[in-house]
Amino acid sequence: MLDCTPKEITERKSGGMINPAKTCQPIGAMYAALGIHKCLPHSHGSQGCCSYHRMHLTRHFRDPVMASTSCFTEGSSVFGGGANLKASIQNVFHIYKPDVMAIHTTCLTETIGDDVSSIIKTADVAEGKLVIHANTPSYVGSHITGFSNMTKAMVSYIAESTLPVKKEQVNIIPGFVNPGDMREIKRLVKSMDIEYIMFPDTSGVVDSPMTGEFEMYPEGGTTVEQIKDTGNSQLTLALGRFASSDPADLLNKQCEVPAAVLKTPIGIKATDALLMTLRNSFAREIPKELEIERGQLVDIMTDTHFHFHGKTVAIFGDPDIVTGITEFVLSLGMVPVHVLTGTPGGSSNSAAGSFEDDINEMLTTAGITANVKSAGDLFTLHQWIKNQPVDLLIGNTYGKYIARAEDIPFMRVGFPILDRSVHSYLPIVGYQGAMRLIEMISNTLLDRADRDAKDEDFELVM
Amino acid sequence: MEMNEAKLQEILDQYPAKVQKNRKKHIFIKRSELESQQIEANTRTIPGIITNRGCAYAGCKGVVLGPIKDMVHIVHGPIGCGYYAWNTRRNKAKSDDPKQNFINYCISTDMQESDIVFGGEKKLTKVIDEVMEIFKPKAITLSATCPVGLIGDDMGAVAKAAEAKHGVQVLSFSCEGYKGVSQSAGHHIANNILMEKVIGTGEQEEAPAKFPINLLGEYNIGGDGWEVERILKEIGYHVVSVMTGDGSYEAIKNAHTAELNLVQCHRSINYIAEMLETKYGTPWLKVNFIGIQGTIESLRNMALYFDDKELTLKTEAVIASELARIEPVFEQYKKICEGKTAFCFVGGSRGHHFQNLFSELGIETLLAGYEFAHRDDYEGRDVIPTIKTDADSKNIPHYTAEVDEKRFRLKVSPEKLEELKAKIPLGQYNGMRFDMKDGSIIVDDLNHFETEEFIKLLKPDIFTSGIKDKYVIQKMGINSKQLHSYDYSGPYAGFNGAVKFAEDISMGFASPTWNFITPPWKNQPLLEGSVTEEGVA
Ligand code: SF4
Ligand code: SF4
Repeated sequence: MLDCTPKEITERKSGGMINPAKTCQPIGAMYAALGIHKCLPHSHGSQGCCSYHRMHLTRHFRDPVMASTSCFTEGSSVFGGGANLKASIQNVFHIYKPDVMAIHTTCLTETIGDDVSSIIKTADVAEGKLVIHANTPSYVGSHITGFSNMTKAMVSYIAESTLPVKKEQVNIIPGFVNPGDMREIKRLVKSMDIEYIMFPDTSGVVDSPMTGEFEMYPEGGTTVEQIKDTGNSQLTLALGRFASSDPADLLNKQCEVPAAVLKTPIGIKATDALLMTLRNSFAREIPKELEIERGQLVDIMTDTHFHFHGKTVAIFGDPDIVTGITEFVLSLGMVPVHVLTGTPGGSSNSAAGSFEDDINEMLTTAGITANVKSAGDLFTLHQWIKNQPVDLLIGNTYGKYIARAEDIPFMRVGFPILDRSVHSYLPIVGYQGAMRLIEMISNTLLDRADRDAKDEDFELVM
Repeated sequence: MEMNEAKLQEILDQYPAKVQKNRKKHIFIKRSELESQQIEANTRTIPGIITNRGCAYAGCKGVVLGPIKDMVHIVHGPIGCGYYAWNTRRNKAKSDDPKQNFINYCISTDMQESDIVFGGEKKLTKVIDEVMEIFKPKAITLSATCPVGLIGDDMGAVAKAAEAKHGVQVLSFSCEGYKGVSQSAGHHIANNILMEKVIGTGEQEEAPAKFPINLLGEYNIGGDGWEVERILKEIGYHVVSVMTGDGSYEAIKNAHTAELNLVQCHRSINYIAEMLETKYGTPWLKVNFIGIQGTIESLRNMALYFDDKELTLKTEAVIASELARIEPVFEQYKKICEGKTAFCFVGGSRGHHFQNLFSELGIETLLAGYEFAHRDDYEGRDVIPTIKTDADSKNIPHYTAEVDEKRFRLKVSPEKLEELKAKIPLGQYNGMRFDMKDGSIIVDDLNHFETEEFIKLLKPDIFTSGIKDKYVIQKMGINSKQLHSYDYSGPYAGFNGAVKFAEDISMGFASPTWNFITPPWKNQPLLEGSVTEEGVA
């Protein structure tokens, strides 16, 4: 397995990727668009991209992922895609009857420079129907950028400030997380008795129930009315800087809704931070039930700390998720030694960013030095691991090849997970999610301990 | 329910006029009283239609090149295209030299904005240099994605310079996603270059063993190719190369030494089959190793071709012993499947091949079609001369193979060839229509809307398709099976594969999970009584 990866690390200057840890913008945009109620995502480009994005999302969620495409051929590539897009708009509303069509571009349409907003303006869109768009060139950023860009489009096309005084209501941008996580975040906010609008919200869309009937537009998703109303909220919480802060900023500029950028609430510290922000902004007490949950979590953490303490771990995946997981494993006493994301933004001196800084800051506080990299690939991660092996690898499904090659216990978290089911229904956020993470980490490590134990050391109680 | 033209029209009537006019030509109901039934295929999908089709790049790198294990495949483009074709197609491969098996690697130039503006050639050159330094492969392929063609990167020149510098073959494929109308364009592009630059470059003049064959259009999904090879080797064939499942550059170079080429997937590789015949005089035989009868027939046809007494005896002996082993098991599953109905839509050959296996299990196919086929895949090769080349296909370079004066050799005499052609599909494929029942529906590039409508009308028990509509179908309470990936099961080819397929399909029908779709409270009225000590009053 991966036998061609050498241990010696040679500098690679080309900027090419070997076994990437990110993918392209449109898939993130497509996912975000699914989080609008009765919305059909539309991929403006050749149909191959759309096919790949639907394929990958479907494999992760194991649920229908509907999206249409402008079906470019060589001619449209030369003469521009205006005609294709206009035909698409007509056909989509006639045949599939969505309320909203959310268009994103592909590399092709970006390269030829189709002006999508002008095309939309001259297209004939029926009364009450809405077309929005985001530019999502894949030669910039990653799928996380695409998610952020489509969420920005929701703001720029739909959000409006219509009231003289803001409502006592919070906007929540959950970032590129699973519907199970979105549900859990909503539960936390609800239990604090605060009015909220979550956008995008894919819960109820890509985890819809089996009823024996196919619904092109399942019940979930943020309604257009709700997105409009985000401009009237008192506060926006952008969960996860990479996926959520740009749309929150835009909403602030456009409708004067102040934004707080928080970490994706993975683990105890980030969940505390979320609840404290809500408590302080809305003068609400933290309900007893959440305090009990937190207490249970701490109980579990202290009960089990010896399973984790001092264990080394390598973490990779999307920046907001990796940041959250890193913070959590640190709070368990674990030692992250390799931390990597494929999404660019954050080599220490770049203006864009902060991934490396964020992680390094956490590690420095904990007195740990580690390999930290943004815009990295799994080839690099694998070479790091060859030189400094770890007790546990945490990341998306692609990590399984490294785990097998190096015989390391492996825990699946993030996007995409293509070889296990149920993950998208169950949260990793909040106190409950943290409990689940502990269960996953300890099961992974203890199963391994059992597997490796000699007969005479094999124990009933661990 | 009996399908007829009026019902079909009702479905089509729901489309906007222009769409209706177009889609009408892509659908027909099989009527054997009609001598020919023309279908439109390999034409553009309508913008805005939810299609399952992919792109030329997917056909080239994803299908044909990807499975060649001892080459490093570099994707020149932004990250996504490389990423999605990485380990997603289940073309398994193993190698004696694990240091020359690159099947689990994904290499992309990850073009950035500056590469789009200033050109990506330099970056590509550097990536090739790094690949040579790190992996030391025997050969490299470069595949272009959409932006590359638009910005005008000269991949051919980069490849040429890299060949000179590193002394290994670097093949460049201009398979930008917008070429042609589907994956099909990419198959063609890959076929052309493999033929032009790889096949025949091996040193062997003659195969090292008797009855040498190439297995074309077999991608070893779920290990299909290995099951076919197992049977062929047992009979006594020498498999020179498999194109391209578990394929190797080294083996493909010597593909010219085969005495017969077997074509499994007609669409993706018929070009190579034809060119091999022109260049080396090697005939091709259309085979189908999906289904028990298909496998047996293919094996017997091969025996007829080689016309060797021992080979024929061995063929029959293997068939007999395999049948004795698998038939009792297969029969068990047949009991579960008998009387059921199916839709069979996928790719460019499986939509036909799997119908055999369905019918062996007693399952009738009501609707079938292909995602990216041409008219000949539906109507048979006889229609090829009448197919109009439209603008989209004209962009695909047509490589014409020429006779290799040194190596061209007739494998059988012209008279014998004619005699064989009357008996077996040598250089011939009759198309899907030929095998389908009257009244069944054939649909090219079936889309989401039609899928829903046809299901509502005909209510099949199983729908075989790809990942994008799998869950759509299942949400309707209908068993669905992916025939691109086999739902991560398989192999489904050959004798063992038929049993495995029967088992998987039966599992789908017999699963108790379907029984829970309707909650019990939906079927029972709310009882008016109350719970008493004796139970419900
Ligand atoms: S062409 Fe661009 S948008 Fe399409 S799959 Fe490739 S990287 Fe993604
Ligand atoms: S059988 Fe279908 S999926 Fe496979 S290569 Fe042929 S056309 Fe493609």
